[in-house]
Parts: sequence; C-alpha cells; structure tokens
Amino acid sequence: MTTPSLHDLAQLVVNGVMTGTILAVPAIGLTAIYAVLRFPNFALASHATIGAFAGYLANVGLGLPVLPSLGLAFLGAGVVGVASDEAVLKPLRAAGFITTAIGSIALTIMLESAVRFGFGNELRGYDLPIRRDIRIEGVRVGPQQLENLAVAVAVMAALFLFLSFTRTGKAMRAVADNPTLADIKGINADVVGRLVNFVGMGLAGLGGMLIGLDTTVDPLIGFRTILSIFAAAVVGGFGSVPGAVIGALMVGIGEELCLVFLSPNYRSAVGFLAVLLMLSLRPRGILGQRAY
Amino acid sequence: MENYLISMAVSAGIYALMALGLNVIWGMAGMVNLGLVGFFAVGAYVSALLTLKLGAPIAVGMLAGACAASLVGVAVTLITARLRGDYMAIVTLGFAESIRLIGNNEIWLTNGTDGLSGIPGPFRGQLSPAEFNLLYLAIVTFILIAAFVLAERLCHSPFGRVLRAIRDDEQVAAAAGKPVMAFKIKVFAVGSAALGLAGALYGHYTSFIAPDIFVPLLTLYITLSLLAGGLGNNRGAILGAVVVVTFLESTRFLVPLIPGLGPVQGAALREFVISLALIVTLRLRPSGLIPERLAPPALPRGASRAAIGSGS
Repeated sequence: MTTPSLHDLAQLVVNGVMTGTILAVPAIGLTAIYAVLRFPNFALASHATIGAFAGYLANVGLGLPVLPSLGLAFLGAGVVGVASDEAVLKPLRAAGFITTAIGSIALTIMLESAVRFGFGNELRGYDLPIRRDIRIEGVRVGPQQLENLAVAVAVMAALFLFLSFTRTGKAMRAVADNPTLADIKGINADVVGRLVNFVGMGLAGLGGMLIGLDTTVDPLIGFRTILSIFAAAVVGGFGSVPGAVIGALMVGIGEELCLVFLSPNYRSAVGFLAVLLMLSLRPRGILGQRAY
Repeated sequence: MENYLISMAVSAGIYALMALGLNVIWGMAGMVNLGLVGFFAVGAYVSALLTLKLGAPIAVGMLAGACAASLVGVAVTLITARLRGDYMAIVTLGFAESIRLIGNNEIWLTNGTDGLSGIPGPFRGQLSPAEFNLLYLAIVTFILIAAFVLAERLCHSPFGRVLRAIRDDEQVAAAAGKPVMAFKIKVFAVGSAALGLAGALYGHYTSFIAPDIFVPLLTLYITLSLLAGGLGNNRGAILGAVVVVTFLESTRFLVPLIPGLGPVQGAALREFVISLALIVTLRLRPSGLIPERLAPPALPRGASRAAIGSGS
C-alpha cells in the first residue's frame, strides 16, 4: 500500500469524526443503561435495527422527511425498549448480571429475527435527495453526513441539558451514582429504570437510523455496529456519558486511520483491539465510571 | 431416516461436549464466556488446516485443535480475568466476532466466506456413508464419555472445590490462600480445550467449515443446553444438549408445515422460537432439569454416620 499523503490523512480524520459522532449516540444509550441498571445490555443491537426500520417506514412508507423520521426512530425504539425490558429483562435482573446479559443476547436475536420476518434480508435505502458533496481544501464531505453530524450533536447537547438541569435527569444520575442513597431520598428506581430504557434504547434507535442514512438498512445493521458501540462505551469508561462521547470519537477515528494499513473488512475488529488495549492499560476507561 | 437420526446424535454429542466445556468454565468457576463459538472455531480451523494443508493424521489435527483453543483461552483469561464479569462478557463476545472476521478475510489461509471443504474424516473413503456415520457416532460417544468422566473427577476433586469457592466468593477463596488467578487460567484452558476439540470433531464430521457457521446463535444454543440441563452439573450439560438438539431439529420439521412462509421467514421464525425458548428457560427454570447437587462434605467415617444418625 502506498504511503498516504497528508491530504488523505485529513480526509480519514474527518471521516472518523463523522463516524465517531454518530457512534456516540447509541454509545451514550448503552452507557446510560449500564450506569443505572448495571448490566451490559446486548439488546441494544436489535433496538438500533428497530429504530432504523421505524425510520425507514416513516421515511419511505409514509413519505416523511428525514428529521421527523429520526424522531419516530427514537420513539419506536424507545417504546420497544421499555416494553421488552419490562417483559423480558427486568424479571431476570434479580438472578444476576450474567443471566441478564445472556437474556439480552437472546432478546436481541429474537427482535432481530422478528424484523427479518417482516422485512426480509435485502438491503434498503432511505429516500434522500441527491446532492453534491462539499469540498473544502480537497477534503470531501457529504451534505447528509453534515446533517447527521448536526443531529447527533444536537441530541447530545439536549441530553446533557436534561441530565444537568431537570429534576428527572438529576434523579437518573442519583440512581446511577448510589442506588441506596437515591432510594432513601424517595427516588423510585423502577420509574428511573423505565426512563433510562426509553431514552437509552431511543438513542440506540436514533443511532441505528443515522448509521443507516450513511450506509444501507438491513436487519443486521445493529449487530454489525454493536462491537464498535461497546468499544466506545468501554474505552471511555463504562457508565460515563461524557466518556462514551470521547470513546466513540476515538473508536471512530481509530477505525478510519486503521484503513491506512488494514483491509477495510477489519474495521469492526479495531474497536475490539481498542478495548483490549484499554482494559490492559487502564481498566477503568478514560473517564472512569462516574456516571456524569 | 436412520442416517438422519445418527447424524442428529452426533451433533447432540458435539453440543454436549461443548456444554461440558462451558460447564467447567461457567458452571464450576463462574467465569463468563459469551464467545465460546470462537474457541470452537479455532479448534475447527486448526484441525482442518493441519489435515488438509499439511496432511497431518486426523487424531493429531484434533489434538492440535484442542491445544490451540486452550492456548487462546489462556491468552483471553490473562487479559480479562482480573476484570469484573461484565467486561469479560464483552471481551469474549468481541473475541468470537474477531475470529469470525479473520476467517472471513484471511482468504489465503481460510478460503474466506467460501469456507474449507473436503476436510478428511476417519475412513470416509473406505466406508459407506451409513457406516461412516456409525463409526463417527462411536468416536464422539467415546470422547464424550471420556470428557464426562474427566469433568466429574474435576468436579469432585479438591481442584473443583476451590473452583466452586472462587465462583461463590472470589475474595474468600483468595483470603484462604488460593491463587485465584492461576485457578482461573487453568480452568479456562481446560474448558476451551473441550470447546476446541468439539470444533475439530465437527469439521471432520461434516467435512466443511465456513465462518458463517460460527455465529453467536451457536453460543446461544450451548448456553441454552447448559441452562436447560442444569448449570454446574455435568449430567445436566449432556441431557440439556440432547434436549436442545431435539428441539432444534423438531423446529426444522415444524416450521415448513406453516403455509405461506418463504425460506427467509422460516429461518427467522426458527431463530425467534429458539431465542424465546432460552428466555423462557432463564425465567422459569434457572436451575435446569437437574439442579446442581453438591456432595455432602467429606467427614471422617464415624462423624458421617453420626451426621446421618442425627438426621435432617
């Protein structure tokens, strides 16, 4: 492989920031669920798929523009997230985190095969206007990518405001920080659990649609990205919301830069390598496990 | 029909061997392994490649497959054993996916997504398919019985007692002076060897392996086997594997009976039913068909009689 010019590197870093920012959305969902409920929820993969397909139905089926479709992707995945957690995962939590984690893998395969039952395996695309890429100093950016970036940043900003300033947001942080103390102060952990599932899985669905806007949609879309999402959350410090953002950017840029000397097929292994490195050197992740 | 039943019995045997391996790792020592299909794949590929490309005898290939899976297991444990279980769940799952990526992409070695075909089986050329199936069933049964005896010995040995202590409370075991890390590495090595051997057995039986076989669904089948039979219990692992294979095969027959389903929908419905079965098992029978029953503590002869005498 030829040595890349500075120019190519700039393009890779820009691509990496784009991928990373989109990745941050489901990674925040994952880390928030972990912070409150204390188990790695592998069902996030199928909720990203459900979000992508909810958005597809809204966008292609109902002919809605992209932004309201993204809202429906959030809503659809969030509602399914709360329902599936109530029905399947919540009763398992008493049996310990291994049982719950295995249950979440079974749940993700179940939901994914339900989507496949309805939609089949073929690749689909959203209804997007065709627009010319923007070139700045020779670095190419698609307008849709810029919009995705803006959506991801706006959602994250809204989430930070919600966690910092609203009563509910503070209650969520309190439960994540110290469940016993939160209980003594009269915070209802059940309600907070439902809420974090709604927001977390909603973010997963939104992220699934953002990824689908960038590539294509099929039932495996969530499963393909779940390793990168976990990598982002673990690298940043599992349970830390700002950590998930930093971790996602690192994994996104790392995945792109590795294209210089690795076949693109190994992209999703890069996140795994990042996890191994981080766990060997600094097991708590970059920001540790403080929820916020 | 007999051939079909025999091949079903062979897959039940291979599943049972994997369930035994998982039981040693998870049931006895309480270590999470959500990537067991990765160790299965390592064993399958190493044995297939050695026999196909280097012309090694099948037994040597199988042994090497088991050893390779065991070494990989040691490496994974060295990285993760100090971490909390939830990290270990993520790392083992990521490991299995990475193995599948390597299988897909290192085409010079693994032939990529096309997979390796023509993997030799013992006396495959000389025997009729029916005879080959029977011979293979005998081999798998023999290995399974040997593995079962070994696992039982392990379970009731002082080594097994320490493992259960680590599972139930790691800190107490460490405080009692047990080198927890060394025990974890050893038990993961033993368990992964069984998983790798199962992979090698699978490859030499079907004569074909491809990365598509080593998907997380297979991990789920084995987890379901162990949970259905009874976690921490070797007899349960085998019983569970038989139950799960019967269940899987019956969905293969029942799903096509539903009219109006395409092949993709049929496959999706099967996966749906299987994962639902696992969730129901987790919910209703967490201790399985044969719950783990621990032998009463070994007491001096007089004392044990006294204990029985005083009754419960």
